[in-house]
Order: sequence, then C-alpha cells, then structure tokens
Amino acid sequence: MERSTLNLWVGFFVLLGFFSFLMLAFKVGNLSAGGSGSSYSVVAHFDNIGQLKERAPVRSAGVLVGRVSAVSFDLAHYNAEVRLSIDSHYPFPKDTSASVLTSGILGEQYIGLDAGGDDKMLKDGDQIKLTQGAMVLERLIGQFLFNKAQEGGTTDKGGSAK
Amino acid sequence: MPLRTTQRSIQLVGDRTLRIVERIGAIMVFLGMILMRSGTSFRRFGLVIREVFFAGVQSLIIILVSGLFVGMVLGLQGHETLQNYGSEESVGVLVALSLVRELGPVVSALLFASRAGSAITAEIGLMKATEQLSAMEMMAVSPISRVVAPRFWGGVLSLPLLSMLFSAMGIIGGFLVAVVLIGVDDGAFWSQMQAAVDFSHDVMNGIIKSVVFGIAVSAIATFEGYEAPPTAEGVSGATTRTVVSSSLAILALDLVLTAFMLKGWN
Repeated sequence: MERSTLNLWVGFFVLLGFFSFLMLAFKVGNLSAGGSGSSYSVVAHFDNIGQLKERAPVRSAGVLVGRVSAVSFDLAHYNAEVRLSIDSHYPFPKDTSASVLTSGILGEQYIGLDAGGDDKMLKDGDQIKLTQGAMVLERLIGQFLFNKAQEGGTTDKGGSAK
Repeated sequence: MPLRTTQRSIQLVGDRTLRIVERIGAIMVFLGMILMRSGTSFRRFGLVIREVFFAGVQSLIIILVSGLFVGMVLGLQGHETLQNYGSEESVGVLVALSLVRELGPVVSALLFASRAGSAITAEIGLMKATEQLSAMEMMAVSPISRVVAPRFWGGVLSLPLLSMLFSAMGIIGGFLVAVVLIGVDDGAFWSQMQAAVDFSHDVMNGIIKSVVFGIAVSAIATFEGYEAPPTAEGVSGATTRTVVSSSLAILALDLVLTAFMLKGWN
C-alpha cells in the first residue's frame, strides 16, 4: 500500500481514538463538571461517620458542592476527623453545620451542609464546629426501646398515683 | 505400583509448572530485548505506522461492531433488571461503568489478541520458516529491531485507542437501546452517568489497563512468532498458543490490576 494512504488511514484511526477519549472524558466522565476547579478545604469532627468514605459527596440543599477528601481518626479527641474539599464557587458562613446523612434508605452516605447566618465565611483550613454524626441503627433502636420502657414506667406510676 | 503412578503424576505437574515459568521468563527476556533495540522503530517511525495500520486500523471494524453490540446487550439486560427496582435511568451508569472499567479494555484486548496478535505471530513465524530472518541477520540487520520491535510498538499504540473506541461505541449502543428504543429519559441517562463515572478513577484506570494488555499481547505475539519452530506445524501451533496464552494473560493481569485499582496500591 502507498505510504500516503497508509498515513491517512492511521491518522484517521488516531483521530477517531482521540475523539473517543474526549467523549469518555467529557460526555461520559465528570471532567466537564469542574472536577479540577479550585476548592478550599475545611475540617469537621464527627462522633461517628458510619460508612462515610473518601470521595463521598458533600451536598448543601441537595446540590453537590464538594467532596470528602480524607477521613482519619483523631487521637486527640477520639473521634473522626473528616476533611472536606468544597468548590470555591460556594463560600459558606463560619457557623455552617455539617451532618452525616444517607441518600435513600440503602444509599451511600454523604455530608450535608446547612448554612448559618454568620457574616464571615469559611476559609481554607477552618473547622466546622457544629456537627452531627451518622445515625447508628442499633443505638437508635436501643434509645427507642429505652424511651418506650421509661414511658411505660411513668404511665404505670401515673396509673398507680391515680 | 500406585506409588509409582502418583510419583509420575506429581512429576508431570512439576514439569508443566517449570515449563510455564520458563516460558514467562523467556517472554520477559524477549521483552527486555525488544525494549533495548527499539531505537530503529522510533528513528524510522514509518515502520511503526505501517504496523499500526495492520494491527489497529484493520481491527477497527470488528472492535466497533462488537463494541456496539456489547453496549446494546448491556442496555437491554440492564434495563430488564433495573426496572424491577424502578431505577431504569441508572442503565446509563451500568453500561458506562462496566464498559469503561472492565469490558472495554478486556474484550477489546481479547479481540485484538485473536485478530492482530495471531496475525503478527503467523507473519513473524513464516518469515522465520522461510529464512527471511536469517537472511536479515546475514546482512547485519537485526531482525528484532527491524521486524519485531515495530510490530510490538504498533500493537502497544493500537490497543489503547481500540479499547477507548470500544467503550465509546458501547456507550453509544447502550444509548441507542435504552433511550431511543426503550425510551429511558435522555437527560437522566447522561447526567447519572456523568455523576457516577469519575475521570481519573474509572476512565484513566481503564486506559492504564489497556496499555498493560497491549504490552502483554504484543510481547506474547512477537515472542511466539520469533520462537516458532520453522515448520508449517510449528507456525500453526505458535498462532494457537498466542491466542490462548494472551487471553489467559489478559484475564490474569486484569484480576491483579483491578484488585490494586479498587483496593489501592499500598
């Protein structure tokens, strides 16, 4: 086969491969969603993070505003230290609260941010003070049973007092 | 007497194992030899372009068509199962993740091994059987740098491109079945896919896999051709071995790579 035809075909092939790479990156993947945009990172301490993992979404009012960049155990406070990387397009007030939530019944866990009313905004390296850890089913059931038993006790007492 | 047969069979297992290990070692040495003598391939890049044509461009049809069909089947099967849970829109996620992470690199590498790898082995094996390689050596031309290395690099360059094309075609196939044919919502199909597919974790890892498979398949194909006994029987046996051992190598490497990619490298 002639050299120029060969080059033409190979060039066509390489361009086709390149376009499919662009399609995989921008149409299929999340490269267009500003994944590489600038962000600031804040720290939050939780009593319990449940099944929260790195790269879990950080949402506020249901909108994706960032991702969990690191999860570690804090030996000074014996709780979980979660580092959040939040998109710079979304500044949050200093008294924003963070909680570990679950999407759906069996869904993945994510961090929900509820904005506060402070004038000052969170800066890179700041800490979110108001946090609520994950709901643990066993503790919840335990608490419910405990409350129920106490309730039963008080109504009994009430009954006997009457 | 039974002791003797037991001994024999254990000996047979040992013999086979040693042969396999020997062969892997020989392929590694051969790979090192190719890498050391690749200078010519890059100085005369036309040689590699010619091999990209034979290995890559001529495999385009089979890769594109099988990618389309695989994607369509994934779309149908995924929709069938997902509608039980009322989440038909997730079919895009299912198609994209399974193609980009696994099926794209693995199936295109398997097809590439049987379409291009066997051709490379047969070509080099026949060149050896007809003493073209010895003739080159007589003229002080190294057959490894002139014949083997360009074919190796042609394969290594072609396979990642082919596997990306396979994944892209598969996703288009899934789109055609799920959105055009069945009527899943267009926006949800793409947006859920974009939310779930991560560029560096899914797309790049798939490309890394296909580069590794490309190196493995090309090394095995050129090795089998170069080491083929110079007879008609020898070349046919070498061609078969190329397909069998590259397929096994692809699947084994895939398991190892997937384990590392999902569980981290340390």
